[in-house]
Amino acid sequence: MKIAIASGKGGTGKTTLATGLALSLIDQGPVWYLDCDVEAPNGHLFLKPDFSRQVQAVIPIPQIQSERCTSCGRCVEVCQFHALAKVGKKILVFPQLCHGCGSCTWNCPEGAILEIPNPIGVLESGLTPEGIYYSRGLLTVSEPMPTPIIRQLKRLETPPADAIVILDAPPGASCSVVETLRGADYVLLVSEPTPFGLHDLKQMLGIVTDMGIPSGVIINRDGIGDDRLESFLDQNSLPVLLRIPFSKELAMGLAAGDSLIRVLPEYRQGLRNMYAQILEFINQGKTS
Amino acid sequence: MKSIDRARQLVILSGKGGTGKTSLCAAFAHLSSQPAYALPTVFVDADVDAANLSLVLKPEPSPPHEFLGGVLAEINPDLCTACGACVPVCRYDAILPDARRESVYWIDPIACDGCAACSYACPTGAIRMVQQQEGLWYQSITPFGTLFHAELFPGRENSGKLVTLIKQYARLWADDSHAPVVIIDGPPGIGCPVISACAGADLALIVAESTLSGVHDLKRIVQTTTHFRIPTLVVINKADIYPEGVTQIQSVCRELGIALIGQIPFDRTVTDAMVAGEPVTVYRREAPSSRAFSAIWEIVFDRLITPGGTHDRS
Repeated sequence: MKIAIASGKGGTGKTTLATGLALSLIDQGPVWYLDCDVEAPNGHLFLKPDFSRQVQAVIPIPQIQSERCTSCGRCVEVCQFHALAKVGKKILVFPQLCHGCGSCTWNCPEGAILEIPNPIGVLESGLTPEGIYYSRGLLTVSEPMPTPIIRQLKRLETPPADAIVILDAPPGASCSVVETLRGADYVLLVSEPTPFGLHDLKQMLGIVTDMGIPSGVIINRDGIGDDRLESFLDQNSLPVLLRIPFSKELAMGLAAGDSLIRVLPEYRQGLRNMYAQILEFINQGKTS
Repeated sequence: MKSIDRARQLVILSGKGGTGKTSLCAAFAHLSSQPAYALPTVFVDADVDAANLSLVLKPEPSPPHEFLGGVLAEINPDLCTACGACVPVCRYDAILPDARRESVYWIDPIACDGCAACSYACPTGAIRMVQQQEGLWYQSITPFGTLFHAELFPGRENSGKLVTLIKQYARLWADDSHAPVVIIDGPPGIGCPVISACAGADLALIVAESTLSGVHDLKRIVQTTTHFRIPTLVVINKADIYPEGVTQIQSVCRELGIALIGQIPFDRTVTDAMVAGEPVTVYRREAPSSRAFSAIWEIVFDRLITPGGTHDRS
């Protein structure tokens, strides 16, 4: 079972929900938490894993073998990302523009291109005190591309068949969110009842509809803002799975690194019920 | 006012999402139009996949412009012989058997990176690269100045390219209209669109949140602006929620040699103003957050524009 948690707008409570859910389900099967916000991962601050493994996230970039290269320029022509340029008789490589697709390598008529790994970040994993498998990607500062790291993080280790896999998505609604959601069985959309929360939720609904993944909405900071989110959800018959009212006590606890269910233990049952509801929904879909 | 050679660019960033970048930007937009400044300021919403600045700056409707981003591969089933040559060259697992027509392949547009490796590998020329319209962008008039904003279509790539595009138009417009300042509302994170938002910036203002997560992400965004050699200032939002966080941010700023220039208290007026669709400084000038934004704006404007300030990097 793979559940992704996304929001569009940043700071709506994705990590709060994702860590709270992970901690609530520890007796229901092996829980795997993948922190896919590789630009600004925060799940470890709440789950406090002991990182036992670290590997580099790399993309293969071309290295021109000058003794074989005839400077024909075919590699420059086929590269869609302007990562190669021909200056005089020399072929230059720009690693930060390279997507690692391999097209230049295959198209070189002289076989003059070797691929070498270019590190763009690290992947780390380990167990939390509760036995949750936690892994995260960390994009190196000044590197532009988070998406390959997310792709590699999801392949780092294979969860057991009965695992509950929780994917904490990055904010926004672009390619890195899509990469996180690929293969998910269900998406939890965390929103807040403000015009910004609603606007960005609509962006996310566009993505889950395109990808054909079922989703439900969690309203965080319920009670602030206005009722436009509520009427939008009503009009579009979108289910609200859980509400978390705004509370200064919770905000203070989260600020200090306490989890949702440590500050407000009554949410453990709420999250477990929500999970049961999602499970039932998915299983119904499979049998019908 | 003293004439200035070109517009100074201020970029608002945060690392962590939802720390209050857009609310601060909207307040700055209003403050820059006040009689004390009366600047023909230009604003850019560089958070193109979750663009919210227009929800508070309330621009007059303006015609959309197409944003053509990258290309995606498409198979022409009439030419495809199902030889499978395209499959091993795709590193994005994008080439799948077509569920509708067995033995013919299909390219998943969500997975395709647009690298064109498959189209070169195809011996029958059945795969072509199709230009994608990936969003829309606008130049709009707001009560406070000209706003350049965009909507990346959900799930699309090339957000960095779209940010670069609208910033270029904003820059040209600022030069033509002798606007001294361009204010850029940046995206969260540290990746591609953040780097595009930072390019050419004269000053970065980081909105940090007084939480453990906020402190963690502050370090990463400061490392980013420092890497690109952009003079950087920090403010703390919702400072009173977790005083320990303020102490930690102070020590991070000291450690990294960055000036902490203000604190904004937790203030529900900010949300009320957002609901009303107004900058908080318009909605309630005397609110605690409005006072804090005004004090911060004075310092930031001074740093941005005064000779001997940030633009004097010689």
